[in-house]
Amino acid sequence: MIRFDQVGKLYPGGFEALKKVSFEIDKGELVFITGHSGAGKSTLLKLVAALERPTSGTVLIGQQNVSKLRPAAVPYLRRKFGMVFQDHKLLYDRNVFENVALPLSINGIVGQEAAKRVRAALDKVGLLDKEKAMPVTLSGGEQQRLAIARAVVSRPSILVADEPTGNLDETYAAEIMKLFQAFHQVGVTVLIATHDTHGAAASGGRVMHLDHGVLQ
Amino acid sequence: MISQWLSQHRQSFRQVLCRMWRNRLATLMMLGVMGATLSLPALLYVAVDNLSRFSGDVRSEPQISLFVALDAKPEAIQDIGDRLRRQHGIRSYHFVPRDEAWQKLRQNAGLSDIADGLEQNPLPDAYIILPDNDTPEVIEQMQQEMQQWPEVAHAQLDTAWVKRLYSLVELGKKAVAVLAGLLGFALLAVIGNTIRLQILTQRDEIEVSALIGATGRFIRRPFLYAGALYGLGGGLVAWLFLWGVVDLFNLSVDDLARLYASDFRLQMPDWQAALALVGGAVGLGWLGAYWSASRALSDIDPL
Repeated sequence: MIRFDQVGKLYPGGFEALKKVSFEIDKGELVFITGHSGAGKSTLLKLVAALERPTSGTVLIGQQNVSKLRPAAVPYLRRKFGMVFQDHKLLYDRNVFENVALPLSINGIVGQEAAKRVRAALDKVGLLDKEKAMPVTLSGGEQQRLAIARAVVSRPSILVADEPTGNLDETYAAEIMKLFQAFHQVGVTVLIATHDTHGAAASGGRVMHLDHGVLQ
Repeated sequence: MISQWLSQHRQSFRQVLCRMWRNRLATLMMLGVMGATLSLPALLYVAVDNLSRFSGDVRSEPQISLFVALDAKPEAIQDIGDRLRRQHGIRSYHFVPRDEAWQKLRQNAGLSDIADGLEQNPLPDAYIILPDNDTPEVIEQMQQEMQQWPEVAHAQLDTAWVKRLYSLVELGKKAVAVLAGLLGFALLAVIGNTIRLQILTQRDEIEVSALIGATGRFIRRPFLYAGALYGLGGGLVAWLFLWGVVDLFNLSVDDLARLYASDFRLQMPDWQAALALVGGAVGLGWLGAYWSASRALSDIDPL
């Protein structure tokens, strides 16, 4: 489903975030990418979700080669992914409901159908009673769950999360991990970057370790 | 598919209207600026249009007025008549005795006051000549020739000033085009900048949308609507401004025209010109927004 072949990413300025990374992820897998901060975890996820292009090697998503994708085709590839960003990237001028509805409106789903799906997603992450709340009034854990609801509302086949438990205490972090495992159990491919190596190992998924841009 | 497309358009349209309503003061200011900018070339257009209509009204056939010297003897006047009969290139001519001209002048509404103030008839006898040919050069040559005739005080080509007016109108039309071009460019920049500022305030939204798979078209759409709506509003405001100014001017034009015993009034341009003004403004708005949004988009998401 996802295949990296000798992938390198060199940022302008000379920082080499990834060096000749090769791996394959099958459909329905649960994969953790671990490593110290600056090891290239976020870069790897960005390449997976077609948010950036590799500077060398090939990234294959399904049958599509990201490096050779026309710019106009990129948005459609991105829609296959549910992204949970490290900094949430919530819209703070919109309420919880509207935040979750954004991916649907991008897909052209509005009105009753959208409302139904938004509530289903909010229900899954346990925020159904907060749909009118503004994101700033939510706790860190709730904001993270909101970000997850937005990532899953359009039912993507691949869920990608960058440090979803980074700033949370252990109880919250465990809750969030349980959520991801639940999605994994219903067949969604889940890809999580985390610096918590022990937690990753305990969750039972495959662990890939990055060290200074090199896959161990 | 179609209904999905429609609902997306409806959605961004509503979003834009809401945003404009929330910032109604800024929106009004923007429309005012655009209206004022657009009304400048439109006003010049009205001026030139009316001037051209005016020159079209009076641009009848060219004629030469031959004024006989005041002290000419009746035989000399007769001589001039004989010469005219022999002259080639003349369709018709007729003699206007000075007394008849005097009578006409006194009957003329606006000028009777002036005539009453004069003790005696200052007008000369005159021949009014209609040439065959209406090429300006030929007529001018004829006029210069007649000027040399004995006992002719003055041969006047009555179309000369119309010709001058006509070239003035031509110049005015060019000025309208140049001014419209320059201000159109200014407007493009103004709208582009406004849209750019709006994009800056919505940068997060645009970034997130792009990252989760919004197409460039989806992201640009509300801004294009905003640009086109600004254009539409600006065009309509310009039309209102124009209306007001023409009405205001007509108060004075009425007085002036009465002095010249004319019923001349400034007229608003026809509906085609109105459509061109508003349509052009909408086009400029759309273009400015497209330009701005595309640039911002490639900044935010270079992929």
